Amino acid sequence: MARPRVTIKDHTAEANLFARRTVIAMLVIFTMIAMVLSNLYYLQITRFEDYQTRSNGNRIKILPVAPNRGLIYDRNGILLAENRPVFNLEVIPEKVENLEKTLGLLSVLLDIDEDEVTDFYREIKRNRRFKPVSLRKRLTPEEVALFSANQHKFPGVSVEARLTRHYPYGKTLTHVLGYVSKINKRDLQKLSEAGLEANYAATHDIGKLGVEKYHEDILHGQVGYQEVEVNNQGRIIRTLNFNPPVPGQDIVLNIDLALQQEAEKIMDGDKGTVVMLDSNNGGVLAMFSSPSYDPNLFVHGISSKNYNRLLNSKGRPLINRATQGQYPPASTIKPHLALVGLEQKIVTPETRIFDNGKYRLKNVEHVWRDWKTWGHGWVDLTSAIEQSCDIYFYDLAYRLGIDKISDNMFEFGFGDYTGIDLHEESDANMPSRGWKRARFNQPWYIGDTIPVGIGQSYWTVTPIQLVQSVTTLMNHGRRFIPQIMRGKYQDKEVVLEGSKERRPLDVKNIKNWDIVLDAMYGVVNRKTGTARKAFIDTPYVSAGKSGTAQLVAIAQDAKYDADSLAENLRDNAMYVGFAPYEKPEVAVTVVLENAGGGSSQAAPLARKMMDKYFAGREFTPRPEIQEPSKSQDVALHSSAHNH
Amino acid sequence: MNMMLRTKLDPNKRSLLNRIHCDGPLLLGLLVLMAVGLVTIYSAGGQDWQLIDRQLVRLGLAMGVMLVVAQIPTLAYQKLSIYFYVVGVAMLVAVIIFGDIGKGAQRWLDLGVLRFQPSEIMKLAVPMVVAWYISQFNLPPKLRHILIGFILVGIPTLLIAQQPDLGTSLLIASSGVFALFLAGMSWRFIGAIALSVSVFSPIMWHFLMKDYQKQRVLTFLNPESDPLGSGYHIIQSQIAIGSGGAEGKGWLQGTQSQLEFLPERHTDFIFAVFSEEFGFWGVVGLLAIYTFIVIRGMIIANRAQDAFSKILAGSITLTFFVYVFVNMGMVSGILPVVGVPLPLVSYGGTSMVTLLAGFGMLMAIATQKRLLSR
Repeated sequence: MARPRVTIKDHTAEANLFARRTVIAMLVIFTMIAMVLSNLYYLQITRFEDYQTRSNGNRIKILPVAPNRGLIYDRNGILLAENRPVFNLEVIPEKVENLEKTLGLLSVLLDIDEDEVTDFYREIKRNRRFKPVSLRKRLTPEEVALFSANQHKFPGVSVEARLTRHYPYGKTLTHVLGYVSKINKRDLQKLSEAGLEANYAATHDIGKLGVEKYHEDILHGQVGYQEVEVNNQGRIIRTLNFNPPVPGQDIVLNIDLALQQEAEKIMDGDKGTVVMLDSNNGGVLAMFSSPSYDPNLFVHGISSKNYNRLLNSKGRPLINRATQGQYPPASTIKPHLALVGLEQKIVTPETRIFDNGKYRLKNVEHVWRDWKTWGHGWVDLTSAIEQSCDIYFYDLAYRLGIDKISDNMFEFGFGDYTGIDLHEESDANMPSRGWKRARFNQPWYIGDTIPVGIGQSYWTVTPIQLVQSVTTLMNHGRRFIPQIMRGKYQDKEVVLEGSKERRPLDVKNIKNWDIVLDAMYGVVNRKTGTARKAFIDTPYVSAGKSGTAQLVAIAQDAKYDADSLAENLRDNAMYVGFAPYEKPEVAVTVVLENAGGGSSQAAPLARKMMDKYFAGREFTPRPEIQEPSKSQDVALHSSAHNH
Repeated sequence: MNMMLRTKLDPNKRSLLNRIHCDGPLLLGLLVLMAVGLVTIYSAGGQDWQLIDRQLVRLGLAMGVMLVVAQIPTLAYQKLSIYFYVVGVAMLVAVIIFGDIGKGAQRWLDLGVLRFQPSEIMKLAVPMVVAWYISQFNLPPKLRHILIGFILVGIPTLLIAQQPDLGTSLLIASSGVFALFLAGMSWRFIGAIALSVSVFSPIMWHFLMKDYQKQRVLTFLNPESDPLGSGYHIIQSQIAIGSGGAEGKGWLQGTQSQLEFLPERHTDFIFAVFSEEFGFWGVVGLLAIYTFIVIRGMIIANRAQDAFSKILAGSITLTFFVYVFVNMGMVSGILPVVGVPLPLVSYGGTSMVTLLAGFGMLMAIATQKRLLSR
């Protein structure tokens, strides 16, 4: 194909030509090397610091480390809320090659059902990319072992250990402790508004209810930081620096677990509540709202089925009846009204009226009746409280007028938040002219005032308000704020919070207070006292007042249910009392919804709480029953005078 | 250098190296490069001895091929060039018809026992055939011969370009063009080519380049435009190089490579690992070794006694340098990413065998010249 070689080749000329071309080529090569080197010089010398920073930015990650949540103890050091390690099977979907196949294999291995898989897919959609999603929560040790042995088959799937809250006493303390649950968007928003987002960077759960929510700032602690070197997969290679988190503080409650358990026991699942306060500082010794539910359900994310069951349950377990239940106080507030009557000099201890079972006002057709159809006959203030005479208090309310009642009862804390360390609290309602105008756009009628005397007519109280008001009576006007938290652990020592008080009530004549307290003594101890039977033969001496509220169940957003109407219309039984009478230590209130009479239904339960509290205590032999000090002749004098 | 001097001073004394047709300085340069490669692969591959073992086997095999090639008389290459070339082109055509598709491109030919890329053959066949063709005439070549030379280069280039393997086709084209340049192609013609390339480029962009190729070029022009996608490699590579600084982070201490931020770190991007761990001064040293090899290659070419040998040796040497330049350019971000390994340092690849076969020819040319004395 090619032509034969040219006969004469000038080798020297060709060699020279080639040499020249070589020189040119080498010049080009050196130019190119210079280009490469100058670029490298630019990268490695000129911009060294910039790239070094970016390189460190690549490899060094700052990881927040969640602090351990503070523990919660009862007053005797019994652990009520603890942190338990929980093992969750977590999947990073982006790191799994064939998600469907992997899930299939895992389902067989760990017996994962379809619901869990459905939940898992739903969770993926909500989740951020490259964040783990739980497939199975709370693995058993056997499951952990089973998975670990097969882990190599499942890249992108791992078992993660985390400390989660556990409430060993379950539903006994739900309304007190509340619970923690996964931080949701709303929580995040609140945290960022409060500037606390960074502190929660690694935290999984947040207090949602009860003490867990109210004392979140104490329990949570301070986030820590870990400076780690990571690879391109984000896997931690080693820790460069560790700034440990500051764990949340452990707290001690005023709650006495034994009393709390007694409260749960005596309620026996019925609707109602028991609250017991330390009357000398407002500490909440027991607070049980019945029916209750297991808070542990919420910690791991409650299923919508379970949640709806709780939400729609007739017993309305989600409400804390002690602080959110709004009940007509009925006769339980007669002592308070009597005191106001005395202090305002509307009545004297000697003032007597004749009770024939009916109360009428001039020019008014309506007749207000006593609970005792034929009346109590002649009664003075003391016997009116002891026997819970309604007519006396209709008359007292009439003579006081709504304004004085309203103002003074507000002073006692009715219609106002007690300030207990729970966010779940209602202020209930202390009616007044202004309130009625605002609420119904109607004037206050005189007829509205009369039933206020027996704790009805728009007047509602929460059990915590009621029991607090009685401690105010006992303490001659000192107003302790109910407190669930007793103190914090600091270096293994409990630092007590100390009692918190509101401005005390004005005391015009301390004797007036003692007269009312004596009447409450009479309720329990004297022959005609309504709660005498319930407290017969107690080793301690107590005082109190019963109440029977005609009307409905809890008012707050209660749904009208025709089927249960009959039951719902039954009276609420109430009792509030304290003991020992001479040197009070505790005050207790019991509310039983739709149970009937306060003295017959609620008082015996209050007694059980007191029995429990005083169990094993020695008391000097019961003193003789004291009759009212002013006695007959004063009363006679009064009646003569009245006549 | 010592060895280079000795061969010069003592042309008649036949050393062991000469007897096995090895050029001492060239062999030294290659061995040093391979050692650097092994050290860097050890670091880049996560201290995996298995990688080192495999690379050693591959290097041994390639060295064996080099030695065998070095024994064959250059005259034989001259005579076989055209057949080599024709078989190569035939195989490229076969690839189009029967080839396997690997990584989205049709490059492989499966011969039952053997599975290889015919484009590798062309890396040597093209400079050989051009050198063979052009050396038949008096140099500098006439325009007609240059044009025929371009046709010889163009056929395989286009065949490979449509596989598509743009990087290899450009390298093969340049090896042929280098041969023509060294043969004395006129400057006027060179000017004409430069002009036509600038005209042809936009046409190529629109009609010949596939989307992924265009993407590579676009990413190259602005890597930050897609930092998590195709720009990721270039950015991470630049971070690795830049953070190495003047002295480097130290062997096995490169965080970019050890923590796997660098892609393809023991293959195409090994230069970034080297730069990160050994710094600017290390890179200067590495370039010095490459430059030494290139200079030695050009010396061999100039000492060769016939035009075919001169042109072939020169072309192989210059192409070798282009590999180095393209790899370093793409890793450091001044050239688009085209998938060219750093010669003799990068891990693996069939290209290693081809490369050392080429050096075998250089060795043959360097050591056989006395046998062909005039």
